[in-house]
Amino acid sequence: MKIAVCVKQVPDTWAEKKLKADTSTLDRESADGVLNELDEYAVEQALQLVEANGGEVVIVTMGPERAAETLRKAISMGADAGIHVLDNNLAGSDAIATSAVLAKALEGRDFDLIIFGSESTDARMSVIPAMVAERLGLAQVTFAQKVNVDGTTLTAERVTDYGFDTLSATLPAVVSVVEKINEPRYPSFKGIMAAKKKPVETLTATDLGLDPSVVGAGAAWSAVADFAARPPKPAGVVISDEGSGGTSIADYLTTSKFI
Amino acid sequence: MPTGPIELFALHHHSSSEDRAMAAVVKEYVDTNVKPHVAEWFEKGEVPARELMRDFGSLGALGMHLQGYGCAGTTATAYGLAALELEAGDSGIRSMVSVQGSLAMFAIYEFGTEDQKQTWLPRMATGEIIGCFGLTEADFGSNPQGMLTNAKRDGQDWILNGSKMWITNGSVADVAVVWAQTTEGIRGFIVPTNSPGFVSNIIHKKMSLRASITSELVFTDVRLPADSMLPEVQGLRGPLSCLNEARFGIAFGALGAARDCLETAIDYSINRVQFDRPIAGYQLTQKKLADMTLELGKGMLLALHLSHLKDTVGVTPEQISLGKLNNAREALKIARECRSILGGNGITLEYPIIRHMNNLESVFTYEGTNEMHTLVIGHALTGLAAFK
Ligand SMILES: Cc1cc2nc3c(=O)[nH]c(=O)nc-3n(C[C@H](O)[C@H](O)[C@H](O)COP(=O)(O)OP(=O)(O)OC[C@H]3O[C@@H](n4cnc5c(N)ncnc54)[C@H](O)[C@@H]3O)c2cc1C
Repeated sequence: MKIAVCVKQVPDTWAEKKLKADTSTLDRESADGVLNELDEYAVEQALQLVEANGGEVVIVTMGPERAAETLRKAISMGADAGIHVLDNNLAGSDAIATSAVLAKALEGRDFDLIIFGSESTDARMSVIPAMVAERLGLAQVTFAQKVNVDGTTLTAERVTDYGFDTLSATLPAVVSVVEKINEPRYPSFKGIMAAKKKPVETLTATDLGLDPSVVGAGAAWSAVADFAARPPKPAGVVISDEGSGGTSIADYLTTSKFI
Repeated sequence: MPTGPIELFALHHHSSSEDRAMAAVVKEYVDTNVKPHVAEWFEKGEVPARELMRDFGSLGALGMHLQGYGCAGTTATAYGLAALELEAGDSGIRSMVSVQGSLAMFAIYEFGTEDQKQTWLPRMATGEIIGCFGLTEADFGSNPQGMLTNAKRDGQDWILNGSKMWITNGSVADVAVVWAQTTEGIRGFIVPTNSPGFVSNIIHKKMSLRASITSELVFTDVRLPADSMLPEVQGLRGPLSCLNEARFGIAFGALGAARDCLETAIDYSINRVQFDRPIAGYQLTQKKLADMTLELGKGMLLALHLSHLKDTVGVTPEQISLGKLNNAREALKIARECRSILGGNGITLEYPIIRHMNNLESVFTYEGTNEMHTLVIGHALTGLAAFK
């Protein structure tokens, strides 16, 4: 089977993130770029499926030049090839535009399965997988904690607030996976060295036949009007227990609407 | 935002992004799977060697700079940086990997027959088989030439007698590369540890490298088939060339322990307030930090220079002595100085420093003591051998 995994370069999870004063967008230069942690589960899932069923895994990313490192990192886990959509006009694209770009990059390549992480650690919207599925007219199974493929039938457990639903779909389909699904492997040294030789296609928005007016910051449906630094954390409340500690804590939780 | 001691030197210019990607994987592994547990392993004097070895095998860290036989075939620089990241976890963990890859596997790789290589190396590369390396004896440490362990022909077979001391991985190993006197001089033998007459005894009461298994090996009439002997080398050159590989790794590795100490001490000093100010704000502390950063950075430059030589024109044993001597010595000094910055906390296993400091005492001594490397350099400079 032929599987695409869409991955994103995000600022290091542990780094302090900043917004740019002029464009109100994330200052991606201010922190190291890393492979979105949740996407590692998607790559792992694809590798496991291919190990069991045969086939190939293609990593797809849209991002600036240095996202190429992230693409290589994902490939070094054991994937076969990469597609990098690289175009300055794409900077500032919102989820709607990003999904249009990814859908174009994925279209017509006969992928049986397209796998995403459940969200990116910087934007945290979780909507891209659904949007891409919709654009490609494919079945979508999001938030999967388990995925099985038997012939052209995909069965998955979709995490819900109360447990999980078991869903099935006919391939080709789009899946997003949650952390519970597996334990991502470390890239092996052989994988890292082999990644250098794996083919990576670099494409612009024009190569994909996208109208420049539908992508980038200019086409975004929403914009950040203003932003301010989070106010410093107020000092915590210390309750000394003089017999009424439990009540005081309960009162505090009630006023803070926790209970 | 303060700059880290390594970042200050911008040393990344001395390695490829691929070398660094491998080091980053090791760092991630060590941060997740070694650092959270190693103080406890150290305290108990135990280490889950088999499990770790398997993991290092799947990363590709075992015999990583060897070509073929399931080995990754990386640059020497990648190997050095990986050793550094392992030792930032613990010198015992790095030792385990060094012994497997650079001593046991390297001996077979360099001096074995094709059959021997095919039999042992692929499973040692995955970590399925653990190896150890027996050179030192109780009475012959710095002077291995005098070793008493011997192998005598009995028909086609060899009969091995004697004992080895201070053998890393000795009691978990499946196979030992043992150096022994023969009528043809010192020869290497591949000895399965389940051979009748092979006994290993764990050395207890160590205060250093406690998260590493160190053993005595005893051979009583161990019968070995003819093809156990490594045919491609005779004399001390055999074990010494293996040691060269491992010492190269130590030149990097020791600095990993030093880096971990220094980063811990910097962080601690910024957060530790005495006389109403962080102790990092006092000039005496800053001088300590600056001096240690200089030695760490200089040591890194030396190590990276050696790896560059090794990757291009080749590196001599004397040059490796420069690296082993300087970097083990400076790492130990850094650990001791960092210990002082942590005050009382510096002596507990809650912080990594005293563990690194005690470990580095072994690193200072094994693979050629500080003195022996000094004499090697002295020999190179004067043409006079002072150690005999
Ligand atoms: C934790 C640990 C793990 C080890 N793992 C292994 C292993 O896996 N395999 C293995 O084969 N060995 C191993 N060793 C052994 C190690 O290599 C030896 O301990 C080392 O070579 C020193 O030998 P020695 O302990 O007998 O000290 P000695 O050789 O007795 O030295 C004692 C002191 O005398 C000094 N000295 C000796 N000769 C001279 C001279 N001519 N001039 C000046 N000073 C001199 C030394 O420098 C040292 O300071 C290990 C050791 C330790 C501590």
